[in-house]
Amino acid sequence: MSLKPKSNLELIKNGMFGENTIFRMAISLCPSIAVTNGMKNGVALGISVVFVQTMVNMTISLMRKFIHPKIRIPIFMLVIAGYVTIIDLLMATYARPIYKEIGLYIQIIVAFASIFARAEVYASKNKVFSSACDGFGMGVGFLLAMIVISFFRELLGKGTLFGYPIVSGSPLLIMILPAGGFLAVGLLMGFFNWIDMRFFGGKGASGV
Amino acid sequence: MHIDFVKLFQLIVSSALINNFVFTMFLGLCIFFGVSKKMETSVGMSITFTMVMVVSAALSWVVYQFIMIPLQLTFLKIIIFIGIVAAFVQSADTIMKKVSPTMYYKLGVYLALITTNCIIIAVPLKNAGEQYNFLESMAFALGSGIGFGLALIIMASIREKLEVADVPRPFRGLPISFILAGLIALAFTGFSGLITL
Repeated sequence: MSLKPKSNLELIKNGMFGENTIFRMAISLCPSIAVTNGMKNGVALGISVVFVQTMVNMTISLMRKFIHPKIRIPIFMLVIAGYVTIIDLLMATYARPIYKEIGLYIQIIVAFASIFARAEVYASKNKVFSSACDGFGMGVGFLLAMIVISFFRELLGKGTLFGYPIVSGSPLLIMILPAGGFLAVGLLMGFFNWIDMRFFGGKGASGV
Repeated sequence: MHIDFVKLFQLIVSSALINNFVFTMFLGLCIFFGVSKKMETSVGMSITFTMVMVVSAALSWVVYQFIMIPLQLTFLKIIIFIGIVAAFVQSADTIMKKVSPTMYYKLGVYLALITTNCIIIAVPLKNAGEQYNFLESMAFALGSGIGFGLALIIMASIREKLEVADVPRPFRGLPISFILAGLIALAFTGFSGLITL
């Protein structure tokens, strides 16, 4: 964390680009491959994550004076699980067809390292509004990554976007197969590293 | 009690190979990429992981069948399962430290990582969703653990070789590992259709 406090806008931008969950930090990878075979699923999961991340950060920040540091991990877990249950039940009621496909991954949000990490690193030490901005930025960064990955996978794998046909001809079946997910993420990650190195003089994602 | 061994065996094989958690359901990737750098750590991780998985699946099954269903608390399953897993991992950590310090030094570090693994919460959720009986959920958990271990060990053995390979700079580290995982996943699609449940 930097020493001087960042403005709220900077916080949001940091979450979206500087510390993008998937391409820069390389955490919470599971759903980035699992649900990105279509844009609809990717966007649905991304929006759920924005909601959970923002709400969790706000709640933890509100409670930060009352949480004893020794038992903070179970408390964070319970707060996250609470909001995930809300999203899970809402999706099950109002978005039945999508829920059938990605229901398991909605429930898995509970074990997301990125949400837990932001609660621990940022929200437990900062004011409510800036925590909400931080959470929102991280969530939107995740959503963006999901959109980028699912855009390529759906376009190349099925020739459609949101289910509407865009290009005709025989699509690359491999892109919607499980293996294609890994390949797409790997190639995109390498591409962003290349841009970062070529134009911004960065060292590339630290990653694992 | 009538035990259907064929069904159990099928469950183990299908969850280890056909529906391998890492390559076809994409769960537990953070740990998969994080730990698979060295052979030694990945073997340790697979052993610890399989044990924790089987025990926590058993605990969750008992709680689900005998507490949550009678009290109609099934809508709280996410909260309760993550609570059970976290509590079990924490207590396993403490007990292991007291009872067997040597084992703790070997495997203890992996325990802390396990709570944030998605597979560990996905297995009880799937068991509850598919309404497996006790032995079936054990078989499913064991198979999933073996599958995860298999994936981890395959990956680690390739990544050790990758250390000396000349990879283009932007692709070093994580991106090339993803592409590798994609190729292994492609090989694993060959297992589909081996058994139809």
